[in-house]
Amino acid sequence: MTDAARATVARLAGIGLDYGRVRALDDIELAVPAGQLVGLIGPDGVGKSSLLALIAGARKIQRGRIEVLGGDLASARHRRAVCPRIAYMPQGLGKNLYPTLSVQENLDFFARLFGHDGGERVRRIEALTRATGLFPFLGRPAGKLSGGMKQKLGLCCALIHDPDLLILDEPTTGVDPLSRRQFWELIGRVRAGRPGMSVLVATAYMEEAERFDWLVAMDAGRILARGTPRELRAQGGGDSLEAAFIGLLPEQRRRDHRPVAIPPRAGDGAIAIEARDLTMKVGDFTAVDRVSFRIHAGEIFGFIGSNGCGKTTTMKMLTGLLPPSAGEARLFGQPVDPHDLATRHRVGYMSQSFSLYTELSVRQNLELHARLFEVAAAEIPARVQEVAARFGLADALDKLPGALPLGVRQRLSLAVAMIHRPEMLILDEPTSGVDPVARDAFWNALGELSRRDGVTIFISTHFMNEAERCDRISLMHAGQVLAVGTPAELTRQRGVATLEDAFIAHLEEAAATADGASADPPAVTAASGPEPGAVAAGGWRRRFDPRRMASYARREALELMRDPIRLTLALVGNALLMLVMGYGITLDVEDLSFAVLDHDQTTVSRDYVLNLAGSRYFREQPPLADYDELDRRMRAGTLGLALEIPAGFARDLDRGRPVEIGAWIDGAMPTRAETIRSYVQGMHAHWLAAKARATGRGAALAPPATVEVRFRYNPDVKSLVAMVPAVIPLLLMLIPAMLATLAVVREKELGSITNFYVTPTTPLEFLLGKQAPYIALSMLSFLLLAAMAVTVFGVPVSGSFAALFCGALLYVGAATALGLLISVFMRSQIAALFATAVLTLLPAAEYSGMIEPVSALEGPGRVLGQIYPTTHFLVIARGTYSKALGFGDLGGAFLPLLLAVPILIALAALLLKKQET
Amino acid sequence: MRAAHVLHLGIKEFRSLWRDPVMLFLIAYVFTFSVYTRATAMPETLNKAPIAIVDEDRSPLSLRIIGAFYPPYFMPPRVIHQAEMDARMDAGLDTFALDIPPDFQRDVLAGRTPTIQLNVDATRMSQAFTGSGYVQHIVDDEVRAFVTRYRAVTEPRVGLALRARFNPELNKSWFAAIMAIISEVTMLSIVLTGAALIREREHGTVEHLLVMPVTPLEIMLGKVWSMGLVVLVAATLSLVFVVGEWLQVPLQGSLALFVAGSAVHLFATTSMGIFLGTIARSMPQFGLLLMLVLLPLQMLSGATTPRESMPEIVQVLMLAAPNTQFVMLAQGILYRGAGFGIVWPQFLALAGIGTVLFTLALARFRRSLATLA
Repeated sequence: MTDAARATVARLAGIGLDYGRVRALDDIELAVPAGQLVGLIGPDGVGKSSLLALIAGARKIQRGRIEVLGGDLASARHRRAVCPRIAYMPQGLGKNLYPTLSVQENLDFFARLFGHDGGERVRRIEALTRATGLFPFLGRPAGKLSGGMKQKLGLCCALIHDPDLLILDEPTTGVDPLSRRQFWELIGRVRAGRPGMSVLVATAYMEEAERFDWLVAMDAGRILARGTPRELRAQGGGDSLEAAFIGLLPEQRRRDHRPVAIPPRAGDGAIAIEARDLTMKVGDFTAVDRVSFRIHAGEIFGFIGSNGCGKTTTMKMLTGLLPPSAGEARLFGQPVDPHDLATRHRVGYMSQSFSLYTELSVRQNLELHARLFEVAAAEIPARVQEVAARFGLADALDKLPGALPLGVRQRLSLAVAMIHRPEMLILDEPTSGVDPVARDAFWNALGELSRRDGVTIFISTHFMNEAERCDRISLMHAGQVLAVGTPAELTRQRGVATLEDAFIAHLEEAAATADGASADPPAVTAASGPEPGAVAAGGWRRRFDPRRMASYARREALELMRDPIRLTLALVGNALLMLVMGYGITLDVEDLSFAVLDHDQTTVSRDYVLNLAGSRYFREQPPLADYDELDRRMRAGTLGLALEIPAGFARDLDRGRPVEIGAWIDGAMPTRAETIRSYVQGMHAHWLAAKARATGRGAALAPPATVEVRFRYNPDVKSLVAMVPAVIPLLLMLIPAMLATLAVVREKELGSITNFYVTPTTPLEFLLGKQAPYIALSMLSFLLLAAMAVTVFGVPVSGSFAALFCGALLYVGAATALGLLISVFMRSQIAALFATAVLTLLPAAEYSGMIEPVSALEGPGRVLGQIYPTTHFLVIARGTYSKALGFGDLGGAFLPLLLAVPILIALAALLLKKQET
Repeated sequence: MRAAHVLHLGIKEFRSLWRDPVMLFLIAYVFTFSVYTRATAMPETLNKAPIAIVDEDRSPLSLRIIGAFYPPYFMPPRVIHQAEMDARMDAGLDTFALDIPPDFQRDVLAGRTPTIQLNVDATRMSQAFTGSGYVQHIVDDEVRAFVTRYRAVTEPRVGLALRARFNPELNKSWFAAIMAIISEVTMLSIVLTGAALIREREHGTVEHLLVMPVTPLEIMLGKVWSMGLVVLVAATLSLVFVVGEWLQVPLQGSLALFVAGSAVHLFATTSMGIFLGTIARSMPQFGLLLMLVLLPLQMLSGATTPRESMPEIVQVLMLAAPNTQFVMLAQGILYRGAGFGIVWPQFLALAGIGTVLFTLALARFRRSLATLA
């Protein structure tokens, strides 16, 4: 190896990446120096995240070549080999964490994935959490941590296996300045403890990047410049990195840039917004605590604070979206009334997340909002043109928002909020992740709105340089307003140089009064263990390691336990369904309604009718008067059977002349019609025989032979005996498959699937690990159903319970495996849910021999029935319940199940991508 | 409430669905291939019933009986030894096993009325019960025909002229095709509104609607009419082209009346979807809830087994389910050619059920929006 190669941790050549028709990365050439803190800077959507995901091996390479830690990342073999040496923390607060699991359980999951044994895990978790100040919160669910703590936990999870390359994607976005400062101090200590470690960070905060060793500035999928912060500043020609970044942009991007200039305000107008002791309590947690402030008309008022500090909740209370627990919110001097839609016409609101319809084009979005705000139809086209021109959207009108750069989308959100010319704008973090040029343009637009149009602007942000542009700001933390004033006043009061320092001073003061514990800096210098390399030594198997599988299984089980509603629905739901189906469907069709059109009206004809009416199968309805009535009542479906007894029936019968009784059966439901037909035929014959016996001609009418029917396995033809063994297979397919499908697709939709991409977990370990808890849950459900069969329905297993149990185990294995296979093809939960319902409900209920034997089916339904697992478990269930059979007799049904489980799992494992594509 | 808001919110739903190819594919699938498969899978009356015969007589009569069982009603019968009978039935190879006793023919001709034993696998549900009647009938016919060659038999002088109305050949695919459409309509309308509501909540777009001057009622009505219309159009196309043209099922009655009935049904089921969407907190929970609701709706509506086969209490309770009413309505119109004068009670019931569900869903939807944050 040459010196140059040794000094590089990752080398990228000709890297390109497209999302559909959108080019995310274009011909990237980059050598990332080893052992340094390397920063990727640039706004959102320029390809930073894509680049990091590629280097981490989480995303599949489309074009070009990436070498990481001395090998080609396109090779799956090399990825497996270096995977334990790379740690990747994706963008988004706690995106790779499991919100219902505690801090300790999250860390434990990652430690197990990397094969640490029990003692080692405890030691590492303690060392890391002490170093990050998370130790006192080991038992707290990750979802309940503050943004800063989530990011620290994410870092701990990334560091648990002593990586050589640490990749952090915007780890501090949305975190308060104090936590952000602590985070970088922590990174500094970790690097001091492991000097060889390379750290690759993406960030949107330029002032953070000033402290990095080496920077890569990116824009529009290309690299603008690379070098030390000093070199970058020199290249871009600016005092700050932010100014330099603008200088580095291509000429045409820079051309429209105007520095933000907001003229001073003329004086205070009327009070537009007033909050008086606004309080919001959720359970015993106070999200917003007695917040009071006033905002004047035409003022730009900033709300500064970290994610989760209560900014959004306060804004929602002010807009009437959320009724406050206590206190009062007033808009334009009136108390906020959530039911008063008139105020909404005067307010424009832009929510934090981009919440416009991505399925609608820019024009459609604007028009929809214009219509909903009741802009006169004739005015709409002009208004759309006007805001499009004002916010630079004219070229993008017919595009989908998803295809637009973030800056343009933010302008679209603002345009949408302005479409009805409101007097007040409430903007919740409108500029997160927007590039500096676009952000300045956005602020210029705000300034114009405020100063020229007199629009009151209430804006929340966590960028300090934006806070400085506001007329007045309020610093918020943990539900409380720490201070209110102009930026200059706040800085002056604290006697510090910058607004950020002033905020940090406030935060430290608040933290000191809240609890002193988290304030003192932890003494541990190195988070990682003294025995690096111990991991690889401990009997590590790369292809399949039961410990990694167990780690996934354990985590999935924990998550399941934390969702008692799902757990209960799965168990109680099945029991409920069994009750409904067991009692609801019987085989004996009784009380069929029939009516008679009796032209004869004799005792003999009455006797014939009574023969039917007296049986439990038929229930006589009022007689029919004529054919019209017969037709009408049959069409209405109130009659299953109509009999017509001809005139002279008794006379002809007596004289031995042939007569015929007419019977019309409602054929709308063929199975019912067949039942009716056989009942009528049987009762007709019975009546004739009785008649013959009564008249002493019995011998002559006696049949030459009789058929004695023996209903085997259910001699009394009891419905429950037949239904119970049929319902169990049906239920054990639907819910287990649904649980398994959504377990995987949910991770895809919510993002934690990344942990599978970037840890050494193989698809097989992942799938089997996810499957195991659901098999266990389904077996519990099976035992419950089997117990109900005996206790509630009185249907015992007459054959081998062991055979039934083993059959059930294989069957739920197949059902969950089928769910996993479906999940491989699905990206959204809604489609997965639909597909699972379609692929389980119908085949299990209709094509598996529950009502009609598979051998009697036709066409594709028959083929599906023959291979569907339910068919085979149904044979086992009926065999063991009704036929007193055991393993020996049911081999033919076990074999298909034994094949189905590995085949389904293998298919799913083969098709499951180990990288995002 | 403003009609324009409802209209525009509904159009937004259309546009969203239009950009979701997976959902569009699934909708197309359930209304075409799924309906076709379900209709064609169901056999025409008794189909390919496996039968074995133990012939202990080995007489011309017993051979005649064996020869009387042939496809498509029965599989060609297998002549087996008595010793094999139990094992074959245990393994599920035969649904029927007919045991012709020794000296059967001699006893018949002597007028001693011998008995043939018919073993039926009662776990085979419908095939077992329909089929045993067929077997008895066939044996009876053959024996009688055989006997008439040797001595005069008094034929019963009272005939029974059995005719099935509305579906003279009791063609099961006619039934299955329409019932397939009904169950798809119910499932789809619940998924489209309920799951879509959860998705909107998870993606924060519902919240966005709330800052605008629209009411929860308008949001809900927008979803109900648009998704209802999607399902209605798909179901009507499926009825006309897949069921009418492809499967050649003769449809009675007025299509317009059926479409109107479906619209009322959809009002009820889309409301139910929203109701479920407000109960479930996440998609996995909704998935389980969906199964819990769909299965009883489908199995107990009278579309799978006759309503008369259910206990009285279930029959009564299920009258409150939209599916049950819709099945009755569809059977009345499409099979029996019933007009509005006959099916108006179902219309009324569906409208009532729909109103109750809609009101409940709206109340829950309002409450869930209030606690959204």
